[in-house]
Amino acid sequence: MTQTAILPTNKDEAWRYADADYLKRADVNELTVWRESIVPEGQTICETTHLATSGVTRLRVHVEAGGRYEHFALNCAGAYARLEIEVTLDEGAHFEFGAVTIGGGDTTQEFVTRTIHAQPHGTSNQVVRAVQWGKSSGNFLGRIEVVKDAQKTDAGMNFRALLLERGASANTKPELEIFADDVLCAHGAAIGQMDEAAAYYMAARGIPPEVARKLMVQAFIGDAFAAMANADERDAMMEQALTQLEGADL
Amino acid sequence: MLKIDNLSAEIANEDGNGKAILKGLSLEVKAGEVHAIMGPNGAGKSTLSYVLGGRPGYEVTGGSVSFNGADLLDLEPHERAAAGLFLGFQYPVEIPGVSNVQFLREALNSQRKARGEEPLSGGDFLKLAREKAALLKLDMEMLKRHVNVGFSGGEKKRAEMVQMGILDPKFAVLDETDSGLDIDALRIVGEGINTIMRAEDKGVLLITHYQRLLDYVKPDRVSVLADGRIVATGGPELALRLEEEGYDAVMAEAAA
Repeated sequence: MTQTAILPTNKDEAWRYADADYLKRADVNELTVWRESIVPEGQTICETTHLATSGVTRLRVHVEAGGRYEHFALNCAGAYARLEIEVTLDEGAHFEFGAVTIGGGDTTQEFVTRTIHAQPHGTSNQVVRAVQWGKSSGNFLGRIEVVKDAQKTDAGMNFRALLLERGASANTKPELEIFADDVLCAHGAAIGQMDEAAAYYMAARGIPPEVARKLMVQAFIGDAFAAMANADERDAMMEQALTQLEGADL
Repeated sequence: MLKIDNLSAEIANEDGNGKAILKGLSLEVKAGEVHAIMGPNGAGKSTLSYVLGGRPGYEVTGGSVSFNGADLLDLEPHERAAAGLFLGFQYPVEIPGVSNVQFLREALNSQRKARGEEPLSGGDFLKLAREKAALLKLDMEMLKRHVNVGFSGGEKKRAEMVQMGILDPKFAVLDETDSGLDIDALRIVGEGINTIMRAEDKGVLLITHYQRLLDYVKPDRVSVLADGRIVATGGPELALRLEEEGYDAVMAEAAA
């Protein structure tokens, strides 16, 4: 088999918004290898990822019964960065995902999740926010699968994008594949611009535009990290995200 | 203190054509004065406040506004605030995700920075906020909540006055601050305006439909705004006459 035969391209559904040039140049291992891990029964594992440089990271996590896997991610990489997480949930297990893409220029920043509710009573909650300017794009492809026996599954997925400039974009593709009949699956998505009325209200109180923008973005992305139990870690994530705005030529 | 001279302004329509609202409005408010502006619906009262505040979508087509000697219209909205102008909104804006405390601390410290003053520390700011909230009988817990989110109409108006108390402006333009208030809230807001803004070196432009707020905030001057111009100016008795005789009678007399 040749390398090119297995490399993903934009024609693959799961890679449709990816940076095509990056995929052509990328190392085959980077695009196809998974880092695999297990959350043992009843335990909680919380991970944070800060994507600051280009690359593809793929995680495959198996959460055993009653376990909890939390992942909070910030994607502010320069050219193309993608975090892909595949989670399989056993009986009563939970997956919590909070993630933010934030950037300008020509960058493509994306999150891809596949959540497999393999047994009953599993829960999952995903909150993703994208803040883009320049010609950048922020993407979220979220797939939720509920197998036939995974009754009482409760899965939620929410994506919102804030485009600070014309020319920036955001893409989302929620996919639900449900084979059980007693489940709750909710998903929502919205793409919008800065609230001009709020921006003017801030200006009328003396807040200059760059500070107003920072406040609005802070308010916007806050939901993604709200579930982080460690307040110091949460504040650090927020600060890292908001720092991206400082170099922004808006 | 505030001198508006022959001001004309239009609002930009969707089709790109402007609609003239203010048509040569002149008005002066001296330091130490409360000047009430009354007038029928559609006269341009709110537009006047928007133009003074620099709200996007309103274009000045003629005339000038000087504020403490500076050209007000030359300043960006946030610079006008830092120069000491406060605009009380008829419809205060909700900002989900930003607490009142953070909003006001950023606002106060942005203004102080623009004036070359040191920022207020978190502790000093909270002390100030608590004092002003008490003045308007607004629960301090409300200030920890997001800006105006879930506030009733009356709470929003009281919160506006708490903001005014914290920011301590030189001049306030209050656009129908009395609308949506019940009797008790009206008294509290009226007394708040007096406490915060009644001073030798401050001024207030009070835009209102009704006499009732003027029972609490006694105006020094009253002007009638109709069709984009000031058509009559007088003392507090003018407001009482308007209430009794209606705008048409007073305006007909002014025109005669």
